[in-house]
Amino acid sequence: MAEGSASSTTYEGVGVGTSAVAGPVALMGQAPPEPPDIQATASPGDERAKAFAALASVAADLRARGSAAGGTTEDVLEAQAMIAEDPELADGVRARTDAGKTAARAIHETFAEFHDTFSGLGDYLAARVADLDDIAARAVAAASGVPMPGLPRRSEPYVLVAADLAPADTALLDRHLVLALVTAEGGPTSHTAILARAMGIPAVVGAAGVRALADGTTVLVDPSIGIVTAHPSTEAMEAAVARSCAAAAADTLTGPGLTSDGTAVKLLANIGGADDVPAALAAGAEGVGLFRTEFLYLGCDEAPAFEAQVKVYKEVFDAFPQGSRVVVRTLDAGADKPLPFVPLGEEPNPALGVRGLRAFRAFGGRNEAVLRTQLLAIHEAAGTSAPEVWVMAPMVNEATEAEWFCDLAAACDLDVAGGRVGIMVETPASALTAGAILAGRTGFASIGTNDLTQYTMAADRMLGAVGALQDPWHPAVLKLIGAAGSAGQAAGKPVGVCGEAAADPLLACVLVGLGVRSLSMAPSAIAEVRAALAARTVEECGAMAARATGAATARDARKAALRT
Amino acid sequence: MPQRTVTVASKVGLHARPAAVFVKKAGEQPVPVTLAKDGGKPVNAKSMLAVMSLDVRGGERVTLAAADGEGAAAAVDELADLLETDLDG
Repeated sequence: MAEGSASSTTYEGVGVGTSAVAGPVALMGQAPPEPPDIQATASPGDERAKAFAALASVAADLRARGSAAGGTTEDVLEAQAMIAEDPELADGVRARTDAGKTAARAIHETFAEFHDTFSGLGDYLAARVADLDDIAARAVAAASGVPMPGLPRRSEPYVLVAADLAPADTALLDRHLVLALVTAEGGPTSHTAILARAMGIPAVVGAAGVRALADGTTVLVDPSIGIVTAHPSTEAMEAAVARSCAAAAADTLTGPGLTSDGTAVKLLANIGGADDVPAALAAGAEGVGLFRTEFLYLGCDEAPAFEAQVKVYKEVFDAFPQGSRVVVRTLDAGADKPLPFVPLGEEPNPALGVRGLRAFRAFGGRNEAVLRTQLLAIHEAAGTSAPEVWVMAPMVNEATEAEWFCDLAAACDLDVAGGRVGIMVETPASALTAGAILAGRTGFASIGTNDLTQYTMAADRMLGAVGALQDPWHPAVLKLIGAAGSAGQAAGKPVGVCGEAAADPLLACVLVGLGVRSLSMAPSAIAEVRAALAARTVEECGAMAARATGAATARDARKAALRT
Repeated sequence: MPQRTVTVASKVGLHARPAAVFVKKAGEQPVPVTLAKDGGKPVNAKSMLAVMSLDVRGGERVTLAAADGEGAAAAVDELADLLETDLDG
C-alpha cells in the first residue's frame, strides 16, 4: 500500500536481505495485451502518425542496443530494426488505420499477418517468428504508451521494479546492474525472493502499487524493514545506512545467542547430513536443531542397515563439541515421497495423510521396525559422542502419539527420563495441546513453522497460487506458537523453532517473545539473528510479540512488531 | 524494364546479414525494385519482411527487376552484383 505525501511515497512489502540501497527505478515491461479491435477515436491520419512514430521508436531503440553491444549482435538487431521500419509493414499499417483502426490494433494485425506467413515457411523462418513477435510487442507497447516488454536495458545500475519475475526474466539479470529487486506481487517464498536470497541482491517483494512508479524515480529500498521509499529524504537515507551498518556489524558478533539482557537463546543449525556441518560450525551454531534424516532413506529399495546408519549419525555427532546439542528428527515418511519399505498406499492429499510418526503407527504397526532400527542406530551412535543427542518425531498431534513415541524410544534405550526425547509441533492440534503433551514424558517440543503455517492457513506449501498465505507472520500462526511456548515455560521444558521463521531476524525476536528459547535455521541466517537478539531485551521481544499477535494479517503483524 | 537473373552466392541465402545488406542497398535505389524466385511472384526488394518471406537459399536463382526510370539499369546491376557476392563473410 502506498502511503505518504507526493514527495516521499512509501510502499510496504516483505524484505529479503539487510542492506539498504538507493537508485533509479527501471520498470520491467510486461507483454502488452492484444489491443482491442475498436473504432479509433482519433482521425486515421493521427492514428497512422502514431503507429509510424511507434515503429520508428522501436527501430531506433533496437539500433541503440545494437551499437552498444557491437559485433554480431549489432547485425542481428540492425536486421530487426529494418523489420520495424519495413515498407510492406508500413503499407499494411496504413491500410488498417485508413480503415479506422487504432494505431496499436493496426500494428498488431499487420504483424500477425507476417507471423502467419513466416510460420508456414520452413524451419528457418519459423524460428524468426519469435523475433517478429518481440518487435510486434514492442511496437504495440510504444503505440499504447505502456512500458516496453522484458527486462529494461540500462548501462547504469538500477532498481528493477516488476509485477513479479519469471525464471526466464531472472536468468538474464546482470548482478552488476541490478541494485535491488522490487515486486508488486509474490511473498517470502516467491521465485523472486528465493533468487534474491541466492544472488545476494536486496529485495522487497509483495509491495503493492510499486508499478505506478515512473522510470528513473529515485527509490530507497530497505529490506530490513520491507519498505520502498520514492524520493527519499536525506534523513531516511541516513537511517537506512545506519541499519545496514548494524546488519554488517552482525557479522562481527560471535558466540552463543543472547538477548541484550542476557537471556540465552540457542542458535542452532538445520542440516540434512554431514556435508552441511562445516557451514554450521563456521557460522558458530551451538549445535543442530534439526537433523533431517530422509536422505538416508530416499531412493533406497530397502531400509538402510543399522550399521550404515550408525556410521552416518556418528560422523555428524562427532563434528560437534562437548556441551553442544544435536536434535535428530526421525524419518518423515509420507505418500508424497514413497519408500518401498514403508508402504503407505495412494492418497489424494499426502499432506493430510499418513505421514511422519503416523506412518509407523498406522496399518497395525507394520512399518514400526523401520523406526525402531533408526532409534537403535541413533542410540548406538550417540553412545560415545561429545554432544547431547536428542531425538524428535515429526507430525505428532496429541499426547497419546507422543507417549507411544516415548515408549518406543525408551525401549531403544534412549534417554526419555533425561528429557532428550521430544516431538515436533507442526499442527494446530499439537500446538494447542502442547501443555498436555509436555505434562507427560515428552522432554521438549520443536515447532516446525513451515508445516504449522500450511496447516493453520489451509494452504498447500507446494502450491504457488496460495504461496502468499504461507507466511509465518500470520497472527494465527503466532498465537499457536505462543500457546506452545507458554506450555513449555509452564512445564519447564524447552520449546524451540526450526523452520523458515527462525531465519527471519525480526520474527526471531517475536518468537523469543512468545517463549521460544532455541532457534534452528540455515547456517547463513545465524549471524543476523544473533545480532537482532543482541539488540533487544526479552521484555522488548515480548512487547513485539504482543503487538504482532494482536494484528489482523501477516503484513500488519510485521508492521506492528516494527512499531516502537 | 531492366532485369537480371542471378545465382545467390551467400550460403545462408537471403536471410540474416545478407538479407539486411541487400535490402538496405535496394532501399537506396531511386526506382522501385522487385525480387522473384524462378517463376515466382515478384516482391518488393526494399522490404526486409518480403525478402525474408521469399525464403531464398544459397545457390538459388532469383530475378531482379527495376521499374523504368532514371538509374533503373544501374540499380539492377548494382543489386545483381551484390547477390553474386558471398555476403555472409
